[in-house]
Amino acid sequence: MNVMNRLLCGAALGLAVSVSSVGAWAETPANMLVIANRIDDVTTLDPAESFEFAGADISRNVYNRLVYLDPLDLEAGYKPDLAESWEVSEDGKTITFTMREGVTFQSGNPVRAEDAAFSLQRAVILNKTPAFILSQFGFTPENVEEMIRVEDGKLLITTDKKYATSFILNCLTATIGGIVDKEEVMAHEVDGDMGNTWLKTNTAGSGPYKLDSWKPNESVSMSAYEDYYGGAPEMKRVIVRHVQESASQRLLLERGDIDIARNLNPEDIAGLADNEDIKVVDELKGRLMYLALNGKHPELSKPEVREAFKYLVDYEGMVNSFLNGQYTIHQNFLPATYLGATNENPFSLDLEKAKALLAEAGVDGLEIEVGVREAQERIEIAQSLQNTLGQVGIKLNITVGTAKQILARYRARDLDVYLGAWGPDYPDPQTNAGTFAYNPDNSDEANATGLLAWRTAWYPGDLNEQVEAAVTETDREARIKMYEDMQAEFRETSPFVVMFQQIEQSAMQENVTNFSTGQAVTAAAYWQVTK
Amino acid sequence: MSVNDISKGRRPKRAPLSHSLWPTLKTVLRTLGSVAVTLLGLLFITFIIGRVMPIDPVLSIVGERASQETYDAVYHQLGLDKPLLVQFFYYLWDVLHLDFGTSLLNARPVSEDIARVFPATLELASLGIVFGVVIGVPLGVLAAVRKGSWIDQIARVVALVGYSMPIFWLGLMGLLIFYGILGWVGGPGRVGIFYVDIVPTVTGMILVDSLLDSNIDVFKDAFSHIILPASLLGYYSLAYISRMTRSFMLEQMSAEYITTARVKGMSEWDVIWKHAFKNIRVQLITVIALSYAGLLEGSVLTEIIFSWPGIGSYITTALLSADMNAVLGGTVVVGLIFILLNIFSDLLYKIFDPRAK
Repeated sequence: MNVMNRLLCGAALGLAVSVSSVGAWAETPANMLVIANRIDDVTTLDPAESFEFAGADISRNVYNRLVYLDPLDLEAGYKPDLAESWEVSEDGKTITFTMREGVTFQSGNPVRAEDAAFSLQRAVILNKTPAFILSQFGFTPENVEEMIRVEDGKLLITTDKKYATSFILNCLTATIGGIVDKEEVMAHEVDGDMGNTWLKTNTAGSGPYKLDSWKPNESVSMSAYEDYYGGAPEMKRVIVRHVQESASQRLLLERGDIDIARNLNPEDIAGLADNEDIKVVDELKGRLMYLALNGKHPELSKPEVREAFKYLVDYEGMVNSFLNGQYTIHQNFLPATYLGATNENPFSLDLEKAKALLAEAGVDGLEIEVGVREAQERIEIAQSLQNTLGQVGIKLNITVGTAKQILARYRARDLDVYLGAWGPDYPDPQTNAGTFAYNPDNSDEANATGLLAWRTAWYPGDLNEQVEAAVTETDREARIKMYEDMQAEFRETSPFVVMFQQIEQSAMQENVTNFSTGQAVTAAAYWQVTK
Repeated sequence: MSVNDISKGRRPKRAPLSHSLWPTLKTVLRTLGSVAVTLLGLLFITFIIGRVMPIDPVLSIVGERASQETYDAVYHQLGLDKPLLVQFFYYLWDVLHLDFGTSLLNARPVSEDIARVFPATLELASLGIVFGVVIGVPLGVLAAVRKGSWIDQIARVVALVGYSMPIFWLGLMGLLIFYGILGWVGGPGRVGIFYVDIVPTVTGMILVDSLLDSNIDVFKDAFSHIILPASLLGYYSLAYISRMTRSFMLEQMSAEYITTARVKGMSEWDVIWKHAFKNIRVQLITVIALSYAGLLEGSVLTEIIFSWPGIGSYITTALLSADMNAVLGGTVVVGLIFILLNIFSDLLYKIFDPRAK
């Protein structure tokens, strides 16, 4: 939608609100949950391949995992799901899972350790985009059947070295940890694809919901699995409708044709303030907005300049204006709600301090380029930066481009400054520590484009060792402390200016309770929702 | 038949059958050749644009955090490492076998996707064009006949508003008033949640399918959902059709044969509809066909506002996601629509205009 259309849309709704408010004239059935969401990012339903937000929502409700995150108690961390209990071997390299008895897949087949082993093995063998979440433990297509195996009806997972148990189990709560019905899936295998083609558009899970239909860019329909081991969900049917426009979502919500609207813009959220039938629930999500200062730039690589940049961002001004309600200030690489996250946000706009730091670095009259993808909020952040940097004599040229253009240059270490967003891949602190603060080989030849630190041409020094040590620390409290220490050092020394963490605002009917979008750590869950 | 044959009043000799079929065959072959060349050109241009534009299908699949190895593997898998012309010929070969490939993003065959989204657009556009023609043509005729009168002024304002109002704004206002406040019509989407997947899909057009299934409740609900977006699209066609009709009619009404008809005492009704209007039919067919083709191409904004899963939003989403198989498949369908409508309007010319025979 272009700017003119946005303005007209805003004007139309503004006019409407001033003339008359829309009354809730209808309501959805008491045992049905209807959600408006943008679901055009769903590309596959196979848990071994799915790596998008709306896809993760489906997967979370259709598949069980060995361990899961309770939507009503996310702070508690992982809890037993299909694995009733587990034991860690003395050398810390093998976890033995005892499977829950009497659980059946939606096909009627029993859930066995063989199914769990098959699910994890196929994810490694298929080697799709999210496979790294498992392969980081030393699994390869060649060795995975040996490393993940069944013995005496129990599932054994052996890693290449000792890792923190919480690290492994956190990774198993991700979408890729979904346990599929081996018999059902292999019955649909084509040309040795382990059922991948079939599972892209079908499901074979044991979760609280069965998928009835997925129409790309149109709707997802699910019905309750009455034999779900945790008890049949109260909402017997869940329909997620793809509604692109915020204004359309708001109208549907106010008319009572949907229960939850997940993509309202700040104007529409504000417009609902006086509607007593609607409530707005905020949840912190995992996406971080950050700046990366290229270590190859002679001036930007100076520690004083890096620090100066952290005082040149108008954090307050932005969250109180165009980012209002959508982002909160956050200056650490772990999103709030993650294990080891900290709320230390020491930086604020301080032009004098920045000037002093720049003078100390001997920088005067700098001209640099920032690369930004063509998203409205990012462009506005860049404009705000352009303004504050201009006040200390730094000329910021904004280059706006498509993802291909900007990311290609960032990955080639070609941009002076990159302004972008990063979302965690799985609910363990390693997901962000391992990319922001880890880069053992900073040479161009290493070509470690998957690491943000490499893209930024930054060698994190002793943080590399700290990151490696944290993934093997088995004591939870000690591990938390390690991440806090890492982030303290990162804040001071890194060329990253982490600025904001995303907030998701879901507007819903007053009678909807217990809905969770999964915060920063997981996806949306529907089975605990009541009306 | 030559001009001399007519002027001399001679009955032309009947040509042998093989000779009389040849011109028809030649026309058919020429038409098919032109369709093939147009489609080939369309495919080639879209293909090249798709490859050189700054969006990356590999990145869409692997995500921005993928390693270079994963990126390279998918790049190779998609055949992007081959020369552009080779890629095009591979694609062309598949298309000739009616295989548009698989959508890179939702893993379904593109032909299956198009079979799902196109009927939604067809249903919406057809109702829209009916609305546009039924109101637009009489309005244009009236405006021409009563030039300068209040009817003409109203027609002018209606057209002006239609031309100048952004469809996005008008759509939102329509939704707000007729759905949000008055509750006269259904909201965004093709049917209400109670009627999703109720009738079996036969044509993909819910109005038709519900009638085939004799399910009046679904028909009523689907109608209440389609009426607003269809009226909106129809309004935009109406604006264009009424202005063009007025212009064509004004030209005819000032012609000498109209004056002659009036002098002869023919009724005004007959003068307008049996003479003037009859002579603008050919031009009007082009205007209506183009309007219809425009609607069938899919109105992206209307589809977005009304959450209407049609071909316009399908192609746009695919384009923004670098799903070039889907974009190319959609483009071929849209191109075919234009070509078919052109052929159809040519056929109508021949029926209505003896000179075109």
